[in-house]
Amino acid sequence: MRRIVSVLMENQPGALSRVVGLFSQRNYNINSLTVAPTEDPTLSRLTLTTVGDDRKIEQIIKHLNKVVDVAKLVDLTEGSHIERELMLIKVKATGAQRAEVKRICDIFRGDVVDVSPTMYTIQLTGTSEKLDGFIQALAGTTILEVARTGVSGIARGEKILTL
Amino acid sequence: MEKLSGGDMLIRALHDEGVEIIFGYPGGAALHIYDAIFNQDKVDHVLVRHEQAATHAADGYARATGKPGVVLVTSGPGATNAITGIATAFMDSIPMVVISGQVTRDAIGSDAFQETDMIGVSRPVVKHSFMVQKAEDIPGIVKQAFHIAVTGRPGPVVIDIPKDVTDPGEKYPYEYPETIKIRSYNPPTKGHSGQIKKAVEILMNARKPVIYSGGGVIQGEGATLLTELAKTLEFPVTNTLMGLGAYPATDKQFLGMLGMHGTYEANMAMHESDVILAIGARFDDRVTNSDVSKFCPDATILHIDIDPASISKTVTAHVPIVGPVEPVLKEMIDQVKASNQKVDKEALDAWWQKIDHWRERQCLAVTPAEGDIIKPQEAVQALYEATNGQAYITSDVGQHQMFAAQYYHFDLPRRWINSGGLGTMGFGLPAAMGVQLAFPDATVACVTGEGSIQMNIQELATCKQCALPIKILNLNNEALGMVKQWQDMQYGGRHSASTYADSLPDFVALAESYGHTGIRIEKRSELQEKMNVAMAMKDKLVFIDVAVDQNEHVYPMAIKGGAMSEMFLSKTERT
Repeated sequence: MRRIVSVLMENQPGALSRVVGLFSQRNYNINSLTVAPTEDPTLSRLTLTTVGDDRKIEQIIKHLNKVVDVAKLVDLTEGSHIERELMLIKVKATGAQRAEVKRICDIFRGDVVDVSPTMYTIQLTGTSEKLDGFIQALAGTTILEVARTGVSGIARGEKILTL
Repeated sequence: MEKLSGGDMLIRALHDEGVEIIFGYPGGAALHIYDAIFNQDKVDHVLVRHEQAATHAADGYARATGKPGVVLVTSGPGATNAITGIATAFMDSIPMVVISGQVTRDAIGSDAFQETDMIGVSRPVVKHSFMVQKAEDIPGIVKQAFHIAVTGRPGPVVIDIPKDVTDPGEKYPYEYPETIKIRSYNPPTKGHSGQIKKAVEILMNARKPVIYSGGGVIQGEGATLLTELAKTLEFPVTNTLMGLGAYPATDKQFLGMLGMHGTYEANMAMHESDVILAIGARFDDRVTNSDVSKFCPDATILHIDIDPASISKTVTAHVPIVGPVEPVLKEMIDQVKASNQKVDKEALDAWWQKIDHWRERQCLAVTPAEGDIIKPQEAVQALYEATNGQAYITSDVGQHQMFAAQYYHFDLPRRWINSGGLGTMGFGLPAAMGVQLAFPDATVACVTGEGSIQMNIQELATCKQCALPIKILNLNNEALGMVKQWQDMQYGGRHSASTYADSLPDFVALAESYGHTGIRIEKRSELQEKMNVAMAMKDKLVFIDVAVDQNEHVYPMAIKGGAMSEMFLSKTERT
């Protein structure tokens, strides 16, 4: 099962490599990873998506907690949550394709953020599923480049991940 | 405030932390630090002959004393040579602080001479690591490093220090912090009372209980409490390889070691138990055998461990208790004594009868070899006799390690010092140096084999320089015995790369060339007498080279893929 784990950790050199190293060392998967400082510049928030059965996820959570730089973490998929990913995608847009791409982009509520005579660069935000859907919808066109941020997430309601 | 250079700060901080001895080897990036050592007399330095030995010596010191071991090495090869010893300590949860020199800050990343990314190389085998960015940070980092190394589940911590940070020409105010708080690091300090209560209720209703205790009981200073709990409940106790000595081996409630080379009675009792109280043990594959689905099918498992990641990792615990062994056992004993339930005496008596029946099999009885050939087990027995069971025993890895674990009966914790988790050959001699330096008047013996001892044989020179009267018991079967045993049992007797009889050194002459005493024992009839003579040489390192039966196997031995009850008991018998 797919899980989204958000981690608050010390914003220090080496902290990220310890978290990432843990995954390769123990043969866990990372599907996506995003990391940036929080409103407190001494803390970083790292969000990763992984897959595994309950036993594996339990071990991942326990081992992440053991990393000395990790202050707190939460498995967002345990409760109701919001997840978002941002994608920048460059597609070929010539001839009849040009209008078609724009139309699909509008359906998915994407923004064309850069235009050239032969291509569009589209920005799209949403769940990973929506981003995948958009790529599938563009099957008839030529995708030139994709840049995805990986999933970021936050719990719904009163639940807060903080020190 | 006093002003010190980075190098002086480091050594002063070690002294302020209570460090008395460090094990190390100098080199370019560590020279400022070595000069700081020269200029003071509070912290002793022991010069080893290989950095791996420095880590094992610090490790042996830590295991015997309970205090963290400290290592100092230079950058590059000095640092990488230390890795095996760091990994050894990591696997067995031994508190250790390893200080490595690094190239200057401006040279880092330039592929400078003797540059290695020590933080990166050591990352998977340390509890934590620090790269010192400026000299002012040294006292705080040293304080944090020791705090992390000794608290929670202990482990090695690396401090990597660029050379220019220790420059004697640049001085900064020095103050050693008295306390430290790391907001992201808060190991548990007690167990959950509700969980302990649940566990006690299950214990009081047990009919076929076993206490299975591991190295955590020794690390967590819980040996006395373990004994008290077992005595109060009158339950049988088995120890893991790492846990030997946590419960007195000569006590009648002790079943011996469990697992791959555990006793018949310990493994049978585990398999047929209805309740297992696991304390500071981690259901390692050398205990559970490879197929955990067959592991102790009827047992309710109560698991005490300071590391939540050790609980339900391989075998699911019915009642997990996360916390340090000492306070948890204290609370458990109090609850047992206050409980209005009583253990079913009749059921327990029947259980003990069953255990006594298993004991009658005498799985560790030694059949003497024909002629005057010495069995390796007999050599360990002779050592036990000659030392009255009171010695500190270190070991390397292989058959001799198992024989030492089986035949030297440890009644006290911290007396049995071996690399259980990583299984590091070459551990025994340097570890013995650490123990002997911690306890100069104690008898320290290293039980080894002619394979393992050659992996750190150069330390005979360190022993000479420090006048360490270690006794080395070399069970010499002229082969890599455990490898050969597996090849006998699983590879049709094809001894691939496990023999070297024609190229072994003359160990007596070798020991003598280092300035020590060597004794060769070849006859069973002379074994005890010569052993006694060797052990009586209190001021000398004696290398006792014992020619042992070359065809001996270690038994019992778990049958791969089987349950705990499935064992080979000899070359011809199995359960």
